[in-house]
Amino acid sequence: MQPTESGPTKVSDMHLVSGIRAGDQSAMSELYDRYSKVVYAVALRILQNAQSAEDLLQDIFLQLWRNPGAFDASRGSMAAWLAVISRNRAIDRLRQRRPETDIEECIVAGTHDLAEETEHNLVVEKVRQVLAQMNPDYRKVLELAFFQGLTHNDIAEKTGQPLGTVKTRIRAGLQQLRARFAG
Amino acid sequence: MKTHEQFADDLALYALGDLIGAEQQHLEQHLADCAACRRELQMLRGDLGLLALSSSGPQPPARSKERLMRSIATEARLQAPQTPRRSLWMTLIPAFAALALLALAAALLLNRSNLQNQLATLRTHNRDLTDQLDRLNEEVRLLSAPDALHVSLNPQNAPQHPTGTAIFSPSQKRLMFMATNFLPAPAGKAYELWIIPTTGAPMPAGMFKPDEHGNGMIMGEKMPEGLTAKAFAITIENESGSDKPTSPILLVGSVG
Repeated sequence: MQPTESGPTKVSDMHLVSGIRAGDQSAMSELYDRYSKVVYAVALRILQNAQSAEDLLQDIFLQLWRNPGAFDASRGSMAAWLAVISRNRAIDRLRQRRPETDIEECIVAGTHDLAEETEHNLVVEKVRQVLAQMNPDYRKVLELAFFQGLTHNDIAEKTGQPLGTVKTRIRAGLQQLRARFAG
Repeated sequence: MKTHEQFADDLALYALGDLIGAEQQHLEQHLADCAACRRELQMLRGDLGLLALSSSGPQPPARSKERLMRSIATEARLQAPQTPRRSLWMTLIPAFAALALLALAAALLLNRSNLQNQLATLRTHNRDLTDQLDRLNEEVRLLSAPDALHVSLNPQNAPQHPTGTAIFSPSQKRLMFMATNFLPAPAGKAYELWIIPTTGAPMPAGMFKPDEHGNGMIMGEKMPEGLTAKAFAITIENESGSDKPTSPILLVGSVG
């Protein structure tokens, strides 16, 4: 999916990030309106607790306010970046460890622009279709690794699959997702 | 550009945060020199972003945005970081930890022949110690806060006399709760702690399941700005958590 051009009244994510750099609270408000639902949905799915998900939402947007330069629009979409940061931070909380993801080092490739609600809904729908068509064994290990934060050792133990098979299925599942999404 | 096949599986694990120790170090050394693998790592993170976007759910509560906008309105920007002022105690803890790490490093160097393994082990120890120190520092600040409330919660109708202690600092917006003598939570259920504010409805403040000895703990829960508590209470809720109490109060304790 190609990036969409901003309409005459639609401000780009990068423009909003520039506004945040300059201390513009209305830019932060707009960015929150665009992406808080994505962050909250990921956090809630992983943490299974509304209060914890809300706290994580706060932390992530506060961090963006403090360090807007951490996001580089030339290297990916804001939605995917925030979704990955949310997942990683939620898993950190599940494992009760300090945050391991440095948001500046977390570069997420991808060209889909989800600033528009309709665009976002299309992407979500397509991802779900791809997952539904994926080999169930691949989908299962991705679910356990990504949303439940299980290590490949945990997954091997839980499912009885050899460790090497688990590793390969995680990689193959992600590559399948990428290929079918682009197809 | 082609990625190096021997690192292909590990790149996916690394993107998931599921690579540790020597394997992590080995891959990071390779990434420093290999643009193709760095690019593939970014693509894998993009794939994970797509996976994350398969999640959907309700809109976050409206209060969440209000809370965020209040916070950023008052928060000092960190673009010009300032060195935080620390007490002598806070300064010495990392120093002692560093000394301990150095001693550990010296001992390991004497006793092990494989330098690579030693470094990987030290990195793990270092990270664990840093984690512990961070947590300890947070808990010390909470426990020593002048406004920290220490409130004991007493049983209402529980036969086994469970007890709980809540420690809450409004200025630090953090809360800790320690439970003893609790019965195991029923299947699919967990104990939920509530802050009963001076005005408004009870707010969820964390969940726990007691261990085999009946002990439980909620550590370092972050609470909203400006919250004033008049009491704390415990109920049993679904283990996924609840926004409001749905069962009778088991324990309750008032402030003051």
